[in-house]
Amino acid sequence: MSFRRVGAIVLRQVYLIRASFSRILPLFIWVAVDIVLWGFLTRYLNLVSSAGFNFVPAMLGAILFWDFFIRIMHGVTMAFFEDVWARNFLNIFSTPLSIIEYLSGLILTSIATSSIGIIVMFFLAVTVFGFSFVSYGVLVIPFLTVLFMFGIALGIAASALVLRLGPAAEWFIWPIPAMISPFVGVLYPVSILPKWMQFISRLLPPSYVFDCLRDVVFGRAVSWVSLCWGAGLAVVYIFLSCLFFVSTYKHAVYTGFIARYSAESLG
Amino acid sequence: MAEKILSVNNLRKAFGDIIAVDDVSFEVGKSEIVGLLGPNGAGKTTTINMILGTLTPTAGTVKVNGLDIATCRTGVLKRTNFAAVYAPLPGNLTTYQNLHIFALLYGVKDVRGRIEMLLERFDLKKFRNTKSGVLSSGEQTRLSLAKAMLNDPDLLLLDEPTASLDPSIARDIRANICEFVTSKGCGVLWTSHNMHEIEALCNRVLFLSYGKILLAGSPKDLLKEYHKDNLEELFIAVARKPLSLKDY
Repeated sequence: MSFRRVGAIVLRQVYLIRASFSRILPLFIWVAVDIVLWGFLTRYLNLVSSAGFNFVPAMLGAILFWDFFIRIMHGVTMAFFEDVWARNFLNIFSTPLSIIEYLSGLILTSIATSSIGIIVMFFLAVTVFGFSFVSYGVLVIPFLTVLFMFGIALGIAASALVLRLGPAAEWFIWPIPAMISPFVGVLYPVSILPKWMQFISRLLPPSYVFDCLRDVVFGRAVSWVSLCWGAGLAVVYIFLSCLFFVSTYKHAVYTGFIARYSAESLG
Repeated sequence: MAEKILSVNNLRKAFGDIIAVDDVSFEVGKSEIVGLLGPNGAGKTTTINMILGTLTPTAGTVKVNGLDIATCRTGVLKRTNFAAVYAPLPGNLTTYQNLHIFALLYGVKDVRGRIEMLLERFDLKKFRNTKSGVLSSGEQTRLSLAKAMLNDPDLLLLDEPTASLDPSIARDIRANICEFVTSKGCGVLWTSHNMHEIEALCNRVLFLSYGKILLAGSPKDLLKEYHKDNLEELFIAVARKPLSLKDY
């Protein structure tokens, strides 16, 4: 693995982002809007709730973690889409760059771009709405790690899908987080879902994180076994998504899609 | 032939029932410019894509400096580069940024020095900070060629490098490539539909027809053998009546 080649993939995004206001703004604007919207909603719920329950760590915290996951996933896919939009596959895949180096570059880009959004998000949540990480303790680290890994896995799998189906499949990628959100129980326990939905939610690592998050908020003992299941599943998904990307790439090289991707849509 | 840079052996590519490249074998030597000619759909670009590793052959081998691309992809691509009109560099990056990124991808050592030299060589200094998408087609071709020479390749693949250029720019670019080949001693595989260009530049030509090499040899020898005045006539004969050439 060459770190210079991985760096080249990251540098390409740095050049693009720093030269374009329309690329800088989306890095933080939507997460900021989300936090403001949910921040005021939780403040209102705190006001009208007679039980004296604090909705900030339960709801705003959950939204904050969910947005973190979406940022990570979109960080990978956005970096990949830049090559799709620039019709750049023939140029980059005829260099010594390996697939693992390319994917590593996409992941590092995602970390860099999503960090900006996350900093803005946390800043707003803490300063404006009194959100505190102290309430989660050290558990914040495994929570973020599991969501990060699953975001990376989903980002790679989504990129592979576009590589396989062509640029027209791009519309299919954006709603993925919204499609899985009812199953992972961001704002409600998975146990209230019908059985078939619960079955699907058990296959999704974020559902373990949000269950544990609610355990913390309600002062219950956190199930480390459950969190480990989530982490284990996320590792499996990363492995499977890389496998999917590599096999899709090999298929594209065999059929000539990579060479023709620069000239036509395959969708 | 001089020391071999590229060896293509029994290369074949089938897309379902369609055979795009059929049992093609040839070599390119050091400091040699080989023209790969043929009508549209003859298999030129498919052959180039297989040499670049962006298309897997159905059968056959591609070796650059003795290294097989199937087993030593990184090693081969470090020594190879290409330029093609249908693969422009990302238009949303500047000339310098594009060259910088590809220099890193190709593992160029003195990145800054190499880029400066190529900007000078291709008269691109004034476009250093210009986004490549707004460059004229001639300027974009020069940028693609600068990228193709970044890693001092042993093998240069040029797919219609002077297509859509005015004769003056095309002449400058040809001169630039020839100078590079002479000084560096690299091998070049050059596709073009400009037969005058091919006649003037190429040491040897390969005529592809329906995925097969129909004719191979120096332009002079081929014209003599097939009683044609120029390569254009020969090209038309290959394109229209490939089988009739067997009568000679």
